Amino acid sequence: MGGGHGSSVDRLHIAGNTVIHRLAPQVKIVATFAFVISVAIAPRQRVEVFAVALVCVLAFIAVARIPVRVWLARCAVILPFMTMAVLVPFVGGGEQTEVLGVSLSTDGLWAAFNIAAKALIGASASIVLAATTPVTGLLEGFARLRVPRVLISIVAFMIRYLDLLVAQLGRMRTAMVARAHDPRWLWQAKPIASSAGALFVRSYERGERVHQAMLARGYTGVMPDLVEQSRPRSDWWAAIIVPAPVVAVLVLGLL
Amino acid sequence: MSCAPLSVDGLCFTYPGEHHRALDGFGLQVVAGERVAVLGPNGSGKTTFVMHLNGLHQLQQGAITIGDLEMCDDNLAEIRRRVGAVFQDADDQLFMPSVRADVAFGPANLGVPKGDRDAIVERALTQVGAMDLIDRTPHHLSGGEKRRVAIATVLAMDPHMLVLDEPTSGLDPFGRRELADLLVSLPQTQLVVTHDLPFALQICPRSVVVSGGRVVADGPTSEVLADTALLEANRLELPYGFDPSRV
Ligand SMILES: Nc1ncnc2c1ncn2[C@@H]1O[C@H](COP(=O)(O)OP(=O)(O)OP(=O)(O)O)[C@@H](O)[C@H]1O
Ligand SMILES: [Mg+2]
Repeated sequence: MGGGHGSSVDRLHIAGNTVIHRLAPQVKIVATFAFVISVAIAPRQRVEVFAVALVCVLAFIAVARIPVRVWLARCAVILPFMTMAVLVPFVGGGEQTEVLGVSLSTDGLWAAFNIAAKALIGASASIVLAATTPVTGLLEGFARLRVPRVLISIVAFMIRYLDLLVAQLGRMRTAMVARAHDPRWLWQAKPIASSAGALFVRSYERGERVHQAMLARGYTGVMPDLVEQSRPRSDWWAAIIVPAPVVAVLVLGLL
Repeated sequence: MSCAPLSVDGLCFTYPGEHHRALDGFGLQVVAGERVAVLGPNGSGKTTFVMHLNGLHQLQQGAITIGDLEMCDDNLAEIRRRVGAVFQDADDQLFMPSVRADVAFGPANLGVPKGDRDAIVERALTQVGAMDLIDRTPHHLSGGEKRRVAIATVLAMDPHMLVLDEPTSGLDPFGRRELADLLVSLPQTQLVVTHDLPFALQICPRSVVVSGGRVVADGPTSEVLADTALLEANRLELPYGFDPSRV
Protein backbone atom coordinates (compact mmCIF):
# COMPACT_ATOMS: atom_id res chain seq x y z
CA MET A 1 0.00 0.00 0.00
CA GLY A 2 1.52 3.25 -1.12
CA GLY A 3 1.85 5.84 1.62
CA GLY A 4 -0.13 8.92 0.84
CA HIS A 5 -2.23 7.40 -1.88
CA GLY A 6 -5.79 8.53 -1.45
CA SER A 7 -5.15 10.08 1.93
CA SER A 8 -7.26 13.04 2.82
CA VAL A 9 -4.29 15.38 2.82
CA ASP A 10 -3.25 14.38 -0.67
CA ARG A 11 -6.43 13.91 -2.62
CA LEU A 12 -4.89 14.94 -5.94
CA HIS A 13 -1.63 13.06 -5.67
CA ILE A 14 -1.33 9.78 -7.56
CA ALA A 15 1.54 7.71 -6.15
CA GLY A 16 4.07 6.63 -8.73
CA ASN A 17 7.72 6.47 -9.57
CA THR A 18 7.93 7.93 -13.08
CA VAL A 19 10.53 10.43 -14.28
CA ILE A 20 8.02 13.19 -13.64
CA HIS A 21 7.23 11.96 -10.12
CA ARG A 22 10.91 11.93 -9.27
CA LEU A 23 11.67 15.49 -10.40
CA ALA A 24 12.35 17.95 -7.59
CA PRO A 25 9.14 19.88 -6.82
CA GLN A 26 10.74 23.29 -7.35
CA VAL A 27 11.80 22.21 -10.86
CA LYS A 28 8.30 20.99 -11.63
CA ILE A 29 6.78 24.22 -10.42
CA VAL A 30 9.09 26.32 -12.62
CA ALA A 31 8.64 24.01 -15.62
CA THR A 32 4.85 24.08 -15.32
CA PHE A 33 4.86 27.83 -14.93
CA ALA A 34 7.12 28.36 -17.98
CA PHE A 35 5.03 25.96 -20.07
CA VAL A 36 1.71 27.59 -19.16
CA ILE A 37 3.06 31.11 -19.70
CA SER A 38 4.43 30.29 -23.14
CA VAL A 39 1.03 28.91 -24.16
CA ALA A 40 -0.80 31.84 -22.60
CA ILE A 41 1.16 34.47 -24.54
CA ALA A 42 0.69 32.71 -27.90
CA PRO A 43 -1.50 34.77 -30.30
CA ARG A 44 -4.79 32.96 -30.93
CA GLN A 45 -4.25 32.47 -34.68
CA ARG A 46 -1.07 30.44 -34.05
CA VAL A 47 -2.95 27.15 -34.08
CA GLU A 48 0.26 25.17 -34.52
CA VAL A 49 1.52 26.39 -31.12
CA PHE A 50 -1.57 25.01 -29.41
CA ALA A 51 -1.26 21.76 -31.35
CA VAL A 52 2.33 21.30 -30.17
CA ALA A 53 1.36 22.25 -26.61
CA LEU A 54 -1.47 19.71 -26.62
CA VAL A 55 0.87 16.98 -27.87
CA CYS A 56 3.34 17.91 -25.11
CA VAL A 57 0.70 17.80 -22.39
CA LEU A 58 -0.60 14.44 -23.62
CA ALA A 59 2.98 13.18 -23.57
CA PHE A 60 3.43 14.34 -19.95
CA ILE A 61 0.20 12.62 -18.96
CA ALA A 62 1.37 9.42 -20.65
CA VAL A 63 4.84 9.55 -19.10
CA ALA A 64 3.40 10.26 -15.62
CA ARG A 65 0.95 7.35 -16.13
CA ILE A 66 -2.03 9.46 -15.20
CA PRO A 67 -5.15 7.48 -16.20
CA VAL A 68 -7.02 9.25 -19.03
CA ARG A 69 -10.23 8.98 -16.99
CA VAL A 70 -8.66 10.83 -14.08
CA TRP A 71 -7.34 13.52 -16.40
CA LEU A 72 -10.73 14.07 -18.03
CA ALA A 73 -12.55 14.06 -14.70
CA ARG A 74 -10.24 16.69 -13.28
CA CYS A 75 -10.55 18.78 -16.43
CA ALA A 76 -14.13 19.35 -15.29
CA VAL A 77 -12.87 22.35 -13.32
CA ILE A 78 -12.62 24.29 -16.59
CA LEU A 79 -16.20 23.52 -17.66
CA PRO A 80 -17.45 26.99 -16.64
CA PHE A 81 -14.82 28.56 -18.91
CA MET A 82 -15.74 26.21 -21.73
CA THR A 83 -19.43 27.09 -21.43
CA MET A 84 -18.50 30.73 -21.63
CA ALA A 85 -16.27 30.09 -24.64
CA VAL A 86 -19.09 28.36 -26.49
CA LEU A 87 -21.40 31.34 -26.00
CA VAL A 88 -19.00 33.97 -27.33
CA PRO A 89 -19.43 33.28 -31.08
CA PHE A 90 -23.20 33.66 -30.79
CA VAL A 91 -23.06 37.07 -29.21
CA GLY A 92 -19.96 38.42 -30.97
CA GLY A 93 -20.34 41.13 -33.62
CA GLY A 94 -18.29 42.02 -36.71
CA GLU A 95 -17.58 39.73 -39.65
CA GLN A 96 -19.77 36.63 -39.74
CA THR A 97 -19.01 33.07 -40.77
CA GLU A 98 -21.55 30.40 -41.70
CA VAL A 99 -21.18 27.23 -39.62
CA LEU A 100 -23.76 24.53 -40.32
CA GLY A 101 -26.13 27.18 -41.54
CA VAL A 102 -25.74 29.34 -38.44
CA SER A 103 -24.16 32.74 -38.80
CA LEU A 104 -21.44 33.19 -36.18
CA SER A 105 -19.02 35.98 -35.39
CA THR A 106 -15.58 35.13 -36.83
CA ASP A 107 -13.94 37.12 -34.11
CA GLY A 108 -16.06 35.32 -31.55
CA LEU A 109 -15.04 31.93 -32.91
CA TRP A 110 -11.38 32.83 -32.50
CA ALA A 111 -12.01 34.14 -29.01
CA ALA A 112 -13.78 30.91 -28.10
CA PHE A 113 -10.94 28.83 -29.50
CA ASN A 114 -8.45 30.96 -27.61
CA ILE A 115 -10.20 30.53 -24.25
CA ALA A 116 -10.87 26.84 -24.73
CA ALA A 117 -7.36 25.93 -25.90
CA LYS A 118 -5.56 27.88 -23.20
CA ALA A 119 -7.87 26.67 -20.43
CA LEU A 120 -7.55 23.04 -21.46
CA ILE A 121 -3.76 23.12 -21.80
CA GLY A 122 -3.23 25.17 -18.64
CA ALA A 123 -5.51 22.94 -16.59
CA SER A 124 -3.89 19.79 -17.94
CA ALA A 125 -0.41 21.01 -17.06
CA SER A 126 -1.56 21.85 -13.52
CA ILE A 127 -3.20 18.44 -13.24
CA VAL A 128 0.11 16.77 -14.11
CA LEU A 129 1.91 18.87 -11.48
CA ALA A 130 -0.66 18.14 -8.76
CA ALA A 131 -0.91 14.45 -9.60
CA THR A 132 2.83 13.85 -9.45
CA THR A 133 3.74 16.01 -6.44
CA PRO A 134 2.39 15.52 -2.92
CA VAL A 135 1.13 18.65 -1.17
CA THR A 136 4.05 18.61 1.23
CA GLY A 137 6.39 18.44 -1.78
CA LEU A 138 4.70 21.43 -3.38
CA LEU A 139 5.02 23.43 -0.17
CA GLU A 140 8.66 22.52 0.07
CA GLY A 141 9.18 23.39 -3.60
CA PHE A 142 7.71 26.84 -3.04
CA ALA A 143 9.96 27.28 0.00
CA ARG A 144 13.02 26.39 -2.10
CA LEU A 145 11.95 28.95 -4.67
CA ARG A 146 12.10 31.56 -1.89
CA VAL A 147 8.40 32.19 -1.89
CA PRO A 148 7.77 34.14 1.35
CA ARG A 149 6.92 31.96 4.37
CA VAL A 150 3.71 33.82 5.01
CA LEU A 151 2.43 32.95 1.54
CA ILE A 152 3.37 29.31 1.98
CA SER A 153 1.59 29.18 5.33
CA ILE A 154 -1.52 30.66 3.79
CA VAL A 155 -1.47 28.12 0.98
CA ALA A 156 -0.92 25.33 3.50
CA PHE A 157 -3.87 26.54 5.55
CA MET A 158 -6.09 26.85 2.51
CA ILE A 159 -5.31 23.31 1.48
CA ARG A 160 -5.99 22.05 4.98
CA TYR A 161 -9.24 23.94 5.50
CA LEU A 162 -10.47 22.91 2.09
CA ASP A 163 -9.64 19.36 2.89
CA LEU A 164 -11.22 19.45 6.34
CA LEU A 165 -14.30 21.05 4.84
CA VAL A 166 -14.69 18.20 2.38
CA ALA A 167 -14.15 15.62 5.13
CA GLN A 168 -16.69 17.33 7.41
CA LEU A 169 -19.16 17.43 4.55
CA GLY A 170 -18.75 13.69 4.14
CA ARG A 171 -19.38 13.13 7.85
CA MET A 172 -22.43 15.40 7.89
CA ARG A 173 -23.81 13.58 4.88
CA THR A 174 -23.33 10.26 6.68
CA ALA A 175 -25.10 11.64 9.74
CA MET A 176 -28.01 12.80 7.59
CA VAL A 177 -28.30 9.58 5.67
CA ALA A 178 -28.30 7.76 9.00
CA ARG A 179 -31.36 9.81 9.86
CA ALA A 180 -33.04 8.77 6.61
CA HIS A 181 -32.32 11.90 4.65
CA ASP A 182 -30.86 10.91 1.32
CA PRO A 183 -29.14 13.75 -0.50
CA ARG A 184 -28.10 12.23 -3.81
CA TRP A 185 -26.66 15.48 -4.97
CA LEU A 186 -25.10 18.13 -2.84
CA TRP A 187 -27.49 20.77 -4.12
CA GLN A 188 -30.46 18.69 -3.01
CA ALA A 189 -29.21 18.73 0.52
CA LYS A 190 -30.86 21.80 1.93
CA PRO A 191 -29.89 20.96 5.50
CA ILE A 192 -26.26 20.85 4.42
CA ALA A 193 -26.53 24.17 2.66
CA SER A 194 -28.25 25.82 5.61
CA SER A 195 -25.61 24.59 8.03
CA ALA A 196 -22.71 25.57 5.80
CA GLY A 197 -21.85 28.36 8.24
CA ALA A 198 -21.65 26.00 11.19
CA LEU A 199 -19.64 23.64 9.03
CA PHE A 200 -17.15 26.33 8.19
CA VAL A 201 -16.73 27.30 11.83
CA ARG A 202 -16.23 23.68 12.83
CA SER A 203 -13.63 23.17 10.12
CA TYR A 204 -11.94 26.37 11.05
CA GLU A 205 -11.74 25.37 14.71
CA ARG A 206 -10.37 21.97 13.83
CA GLY A 207 -7.86 23.65 11.54
CA GLU A 208 -6.84 25.81 14.49
CA ARG A 209 -6.37 22.79 16.72
CA VAL A 210 -4.36 20.98 14.06
CA HIS A 211 -2.24 24.07 13.68
CA GLN A 212 -1.66 24.13 17.44
CA ALA A 213 -0.67 20.46 17.38
CA MET A 214 1.80 21.31 14.62
CA LEU A 215 3.23 24.18 16.66
CA ALA A 216 3.56 21.85 19.65
CA ARG A 217 5.87 19.72 17.56
CA GLY A 218 8.14 22.56 16.54
CA TYR A 219 6.41 23.75 13.33
CA THR A 220 7.69 27.19 12.38
CA GLY A 221 5.60 27.90 9.31
CA VAL A 222 7.53 25.85 6.79
CA MET A 223 7.00 22.17 6.15
CA PRO A 224 10.12 20.20 7.07
CA ASP A 225 11.75 18.25 4.24
CA LEU A 226 9.90 15.01 4.87
CA VAL A 227 8.75 13.71 1.56
CA GLU A 228 10.92 15.05 -1.19
CA GLN A 229 14.25 13.41 -1.90
CA SER A 230 17.10 15.89 -2.36
CA ARG A 231 17.80 16.08 -6.06
CA PRO A 232 21.00 17.17 -7.74
CA ARG A 233 20.98 20.43 -9.65
CA SER A 234 21.00 18.54 -12.97
CA ASP A 235 17.23 18.28 -12.55
CA TRP A 236 16.91 21.78 -13.88
CA TRP A 237 17.18 20.50 -17.47
CA ALA A 238 13.51 19.62 -17.10
CA ALA A 239 12.55 23.24 -16.57
CA ILE A 240 14.07 24.00 -19.98
CA ILE A 241 12.92 20.93 -21.88
CA VAL A 242 9.27 21.08 -20.80
CA PRO A 243 8.44 24.46 -22.39
CA ALA A 244 11.05 24.13 -25.20
CA PRO A 245 8.86 22.73 -28.04
CA VAL A 246 6.16 25.33 -27.51
CA VAL A 247 8.66 28.19 -27.27
CA ALA A 248 10.48 26.90 -30.37
CA VAL A 249 7.33 26.83 -32.53
CA LEU A 250 6.28 30.19 -31.13
CA VAL A 251 9.63 31.82 -31.99
CA LEU A 252 9.94 30.13 -35.41
CA GLY A 253 6.68 31.71 -36.48
CA LEU A 254 8.02 35.15 -35.64
CA LEU A 255 11.05 34.84 -37.95
CA MET B 1 18.01 11.95 30.44
CA SER B 2 17.39 14.70 32.94
CA CYS B 3 13.73 14.75 33.84
CA ALA B 4 12.44 18.26 34.21
CA PRO B 5 10.24 19.17 37.13
CA LEU B 6 7.36 21.52 36.56
CA SER B 7 6.29 24.53 38.51
CA VAL B 8 3.08 26.43 37.84
CA ASP B 9 2.07 29.44 39.89
CA GLY B 10 -1.08 31.55 40.01
CA LEU B 11 -2.06 30.84 36.42
CA CYS B 12 -5.12 32.80 35.27
CA PHE B 13 -6.59 32.70 31.79
CA THR B 14 -9.70 34.08 30.12
CA TYR B 15 -10.55 33.10 26.54
CA PRO B 16 -10.84 36.10 24.23
CA GLY B 17 -14.43 37.33 24.14
CA GLU B 18 -15.47 35.37 27.26
CA HIS B 19 -15.85 36.86 30.68
CA HIS B 20 -15.39 33.95 33.06
CA ARG B 21 -11.93 32.66 33.81
CA ALA B 22 -11.09 29.23 32.40
CA LEU B 23 -8.08 29.17 34.73
CA ASP B 24 -8.27 31.01 38.02
CA GLY B 25 -5.15 30.81 40.14
CA PHE B 26 -3.97 27.40 38.96
CA GLY B 27 -0.88 26.20 40.87
CA LEU B 28 0.99 22.90 40.68
CA GLN B 29 4.47 21.60 41.52
CA VAL B 30 5.66 18.35 39.99
CA VAL B 31 8.90 16.58 40.86
CA ALA B 32 11.09 14.88 38.25
CA GLY B 33 9.92 11.38 37.37
CA GLU B 34 6.52 11.75 39.01
CA ARG B 35 3.29 10.54 37.36
CA VAL B 36 0.42 12.80 38.36
CA ALA B 37 -3.25 12.35 37.47
CA VAL B 38 -5.22 15.53 36.80
CA LEU B 39 -8.89 14.91 37.61
CA GLY B 40 -11.87 17.21 37.37
CA PRO B 41 -15.31 17.69 35.83
CA ASN B 42 -16.03 18.87 32.27
CA GLY B 43 -15.12 22.48 31.72
CA SER B 44 -12.93 22.76 34.80
CA GLY B 45 -9.95 24.00 32.78
CA LYS B 46 -7.84 20.86 32.34
CA THR B 47 -7.38 21.18 28.59
CA THR B 48 -6.74 24.91 28.89
CA PHE B 49 -3.98 24.08 31.37
CA VAL B 50 -2.46 21.44 29.05
CA MET B 51 -2.32 23.98 26.21
CA HIS B 52 -0.42 26.35 28.48
CA LEU B 53 2.31 23.80 29.09
CA ASN B 54 3.15 23.97 25.39
CA GLY B 55 2.87 27.73 25.12
CA LEU B 56 -0.24 27.43 22.94
CA HIS B 57 -2.06 30.10 24.91
CA GLN B 58 -0.51 33.48 25.55
CA LEU B 59 0.38 33.72 29.24
CA GLN B 60 -2.01 36.25 30.81
CA GLN B 61 -1.19 36.03 34.48
CA GLY B 62 1.00 33.74 36.55
CA ALA B 63 4.20 31.84 35.78
CA ILE B 64 5.19 28.47 34.36
CA THR B 65 8.67 27.02 34.74
CA ILE B 66 9.80 23.84 33.00
CA GLY B 67 13.09 22.70 34.49
CA ASP B 68 15.26 25.79 34.42
CA LEU B 69 13.23 27.49 31.69
CA GLU B 70 10.70 30.22 32.30
CA MET B 71 7.77 30.15 29.85
CA CYS B 72 8.39 33.04 27.46
CA ASP B 73 8.69 33.53 23.71
CA ASP B 74 12.45 33.04 23.69
CA ASN B 75 12.20 29.64 25.35
CA LEU B 76 9.18 28.44 23.44
CA ALA B 77 10.99 26.20 20.97
CA GLU B 78 12.97 24.41 23.67
CA ILE B 79 9.93 24.07 25.96
CA ARG B 80 7.95 22.49 23.13
CA ARG B 81 10.75 20.01 22.66
CA ARG B 82 10.85 19.16 26.34
CA VAL B 83 7.12 18.90 26.91
CA GLY B 84 5.38 16.38 24.68
CA ALA B 85 1.65 17.02 24.61
CA VAL B 86 -0.80 14.36 23.45
CA PHE B 87 -4.08 16.14 22.78
CA GLN B 88 -7.61 15.12 23.64
CA ASP B 89 -8.61 14.45 20.03
CA ALA B 90 -6.06 12.30 18.20
CA ASP B 91 -7.48 13.51 14.89
CA ASP B 92 -6.01 16.92 15.61
CA GLN B 93 -2.62 15.45 16.28
CA LEU B 94 -2.16 13.48 13.08
CA PHE B 95 -1.98 15.50 9.89
CA MET B 96 0.60 14.00 7.58
CA PRO B 97 -0.17 11.58 4.74
CA SER B 98 1.51 8.60 6.40
CA VAL B 99 2.22 7.46 9.95
CA ARG B 100 5.93 7.48 9.14
CA ALA B 101 5.86 11.11 7.97
CA ASP B 102 3.72 12.10 10.93
CA VAL B 103 6.11 10.66 13.51
CA ALA B 104 9.05 12.17 11.62
CA PHE B 105 7.44 15.62 11.60
CA GLY B 106 8.68 16.64 15.06
CA PRO B 107 12.27 15.41 14.64
CA ALA B 108 12.42 17.05 11.19
CA ASN B 109 11.36 20.38 12.71
CA LEU B 110 14.06 19.94 15.34
CA GLY B 111 16.61 19.65 12.56
CA VAL B 112 17.39 15.94 12.90
CA PRO B 113 19.11 14.97 9.62
CA LYS B 114 17.12 12.78 7.23
CA GLY B 115 19.39 9.78 7.64
CA ASP B 116 18.78 9.59 11.40
CA ARG B 117 15.02 10.00 11.31
CA ASP B 118 14.02 6.49 10.28
CA ALA B 119 15.69 5.01 13.34
CA ILE B 120 13.93 7.52 15.62
CA VAL B 121 10.57 6.89 13.97
CA GLU B 122 10.96 3.14 14.27
CA ARG B 123 12.04 3.34 17.90
CA ALA B 124 9.09 5.56 18.84
CA LEU B 125 6.59 3.32 17.04
CA THR B 126 8.11 0.20 18.58
CA GLN B 127 7.81 1.78 22.03
CA VAL B 128 4.06 2.16 21.58
CA GLY B 129 3.69 -1.19 19.82
CA ALA B 130 2.58 0.33 16.53
CA MET B 131 5.46 -0.56 14.25
CA ASP B 132 3.09 -2.42 11.93
CA LEU B 133 1.19 0.80 11.23
CA ILE B 134 4.20 2.66 9.87
CA ASP B 135 3.05 2.86 6.24
CA ARG B 136 -0.64 3.37 6.95
CA THR B 137 -2.64 6.57 6.49
CA PRO B 138 -3.32 8.09 9.95
CA HIS B 139 -6.90 9.07 9.08
CA HIS B 140 -7.85 5.49 8.38
CA LEU B 141 -6.68 4.08 11.72
CA SER B 142 -8.97 3.04 14.57
CA GLY B 143 -9.25 5.23 17.65
CA GLY B 144 -6.83 3.15 19.71
CA GLU B 145 -4.30 2.95 16.88
CA LYS B 146 -4.50 6.73 16.40
CA ARG B 147 -3.89 7.24 20.10
CA ARG B 148 -0.77 5.09 20.06
CA VAL B 149 0.59 6.81 16.97
CA ALA B 150 -0.16 10.20 18.57
CA ILE B 151 1.95 9.19 21.59
CA ALA B 152 4.71 8.04 19.23
CA THR B 153 4.74 11.44 17.50
CA VAL B 154 5.74 13.12 20.76
CA LEU B 155 8.07 10.34 21.98
CA ALA B 156 10.04 10.86 18.75
CA MET B 157 10.96 14.33 20.02
CA ASP B 158 12.61 12.81 23.08
CA PRO B 159 10.64 14.91 25.59
CA HIS B 160 11.46 15.22 29.28
CA MET B 161 7.86 15.37 30.20
CA LEU B 162 4.62 13.95 28.77
CA VAL B 163 1.24 15.60 29.13
CA LEU B 164 -1.65 13.41 28.03
CA ASP B 165 -5.17 14.82 27.73
CA GLU B 166 -7.70 12.02 28.28
CA PRO B 167 -5.56 9.28 26.79
CA THR B 168 -8.04 6.47 27.54
CA SER B 169 -11.04 7.95 25.74
CA GLY B 170 -12.07 5.70 22.89
CA LEU B 171 -9.93 2.76 24.01
CA ASP B 172 -11.32 -0.70 24.66
CA PRO B 173 -10.39 -2.34 28.00
CA PHE B 174 -7.47 -4.18 26.42
CA GLY B 175 -6.15 -1.02 24.74
CA ARG B 176 -6.51 0.77 28.04
CA ARG B 177 -4.46 -1.90 29.81
CA GLU B 178 -1.78 -1.68 27.11
CA LEU B 179 -1.69 2.09 27.49
CA ALA B 180 -1.28 1.78 31.25
CA ASP B 181 1.63 -0.64 30.78
CA LEU B 182 3.18 1.70 28.22
CA LEU B 183 2.94 4.81 30.40
CA VAL B 184 4.34 3.00 33.45
CA SER B 185 7.27 1.80 31.34
CA LEU B 186 8.21 5.30 30.18
CA PRO B 187 10.82 7.18 32.21
CA GLN B 188 9.38 10.65 31.58
CA THR B 189 7.63 12.82 34.13
CA GLN B 190 3.94 12.53 33.27
CA LEU B 191 0.76 14.50 33.71
CA VAL B 192 -2.29 12.40 32.87
CA VAL B 193 -5.57 14.27 32.48
CA THR B 194 -8.37 11.74 32.84
CA HIS B 195 -11.97 11.08 33.79
CA ASP B 196 -11.05 7.43 34.26
CA LEU B 197 -10.50 7.19 38.01
CA PRO B 198 -9.47 3.51 38.15
CA PHE B 199 -6.91 4.27 35.44
CA ALA B 200 -5.54 7.13 37.52
CA LEU B 201 -5.29 4.86 40.54
CA GLN B 202 -3.56 2.19 38.50
CA ILE B 203 -0.75 4.31 37.10
CA CYS B 204 -0.50 7.56 39.07
CA PRO B 205 0.67 7.54 42.71
CA ARG B 206 -0.46 11.16 43.02
CA SER B 207 -3.61 12.98 41.91
CA VAL B 208 -4.79 16.57 41.82
CA VAL B 209 -8.42 17.59 41.47
CA VAL B 210 -9.18 20.63 39.33
CA SER B 211 -12.38 22.59 39.71
CA GLY B 212 -13.32 26.06 38.51
CA GLY B 213 -9.87 26.58 36.98
CA ARG B 214 -7.81 25.80 40.04
CA VAL B 215 -6.40 22.85 41.96
CA VAL B 216 -8.73 22.11 44.87
CA ALA B 217 -7.17 18.88 46.13
CA ASP B 218 -3.77 17.25 45.89
CA GLY B 219 -2.60 14.00 47.44
CA PRO B 220 -1.94 10.30 47.03
CA THR B 221 -4.44 8.93 44.51
CA SER B 222 -5.78 6.29 46.89
CA GLU B 223 -6.59 8.98 49.48
CA VAL B 224 -8.13 11.37 46.94
CA LEU B 225 -10.37 8.62 45.60
CA ALA B 226 -11.37 7.56 49.12
CA ASP B 227 -12.66 11.06 49.93
CA THR B 228 -16.27 10.64 48.85
CA ALA B 229 -17.26 14.17 49.85
CA LEU B 230 -14.50 15.60 47.68
CA LEU B 231 -15.44 13.41 44.74
CA GLU B 232 -19.09 14.29 45.00
CA ALA B 233 -18.40 18.01 45.25
CA ASN B 234 -16.43 17.79 42.00
CA ARG B 235 -18.72 15.58 39.95
CA LEU B 236 -16.23 12.72 40.03
CA GLU B 237 -17.66 9.25 40.21
CA LEU B 238 -16.07 5.87 40.68
CA PRO B 239 -17.46 3.02 38.57
CA TYR B 240 -20.22 1.05 40.27
CA GLY B 241 -18.78 -1.37 42.80
CA PHE B 242 -15.25 -0.03 42.55
CA ASP B 243 -13.50 0.26 45.91
CA PRO B 244 -10.19 2.16 45.71
CA SER B 245 -9.04 0.84 49.06
CA ARG B 246 -9.16 -2.75 47.83
CA VAL B 247 -7.04 -2.54 44.69
N1 LIG C 1 -11.78 27.91 22.52
C1 LIG C 1 -12.49 28.32 23.58
N2 LIG C 1 -13.12 29.52 23.56
C2 LIG C 1 -13.84 29.94 24.60
N3 LIG C 1 -13.99 29.25 25.74
C3 LIG C 1 -13.41 28.05 25.83
C4 LIG C 1 -12.62 27.52 24.76
N4 LIG C 1 -12.16 26.31 25.12
C5 LIG C 1 -12.63 26.10 26.37
N5 LIG C 1 -13.37 27.14 26.82
C6 LIG C 1 -14.03 27.26 28.13
O1 LIG C 1 -13.04 27.22 29.13
C7 LIG C 1 -13.46 26.43 30.23
C8 LIG C 1 -12.45 25.31 30.47
O2 LIG C 1 -12.47 24.42 29.36
P1 LIG C 1 -11.47 23.20 29.19
O3 LIG C 1 -11.61 22.72 27.79
O4 LIG C 1 -10.14 23.61 29.66
O5 LIG C 1 -12.13 22.16 30.22
P2 LIG C 1 -11.74 20.64 30.48
O6 LIG C 1 -11.49 20.54 31.94
O7 LIG C 1 -10.68 20.20 29.56
O8 LIG C 1 -13.11 19.89 30.13
P3 LIG C 1 -13.34 18.42 29.53
O9 LIG C 1 -13.25 17.48 30.69
O10 LIG C 1 -14.76 18.48 29.02
O11 LIG C 1 -12.35 18.19 28.47
C9 LIG C 1 -14.86 25.94 29.88
O12 LIG C 1 -15.77 26.76 30.53
C10 LIG C 1 -14.95 26.09 28.39
O13 LIG C 1 -16.26 26.37 28.02
MG1 LIG D 1 -10.55 18.77 28.09
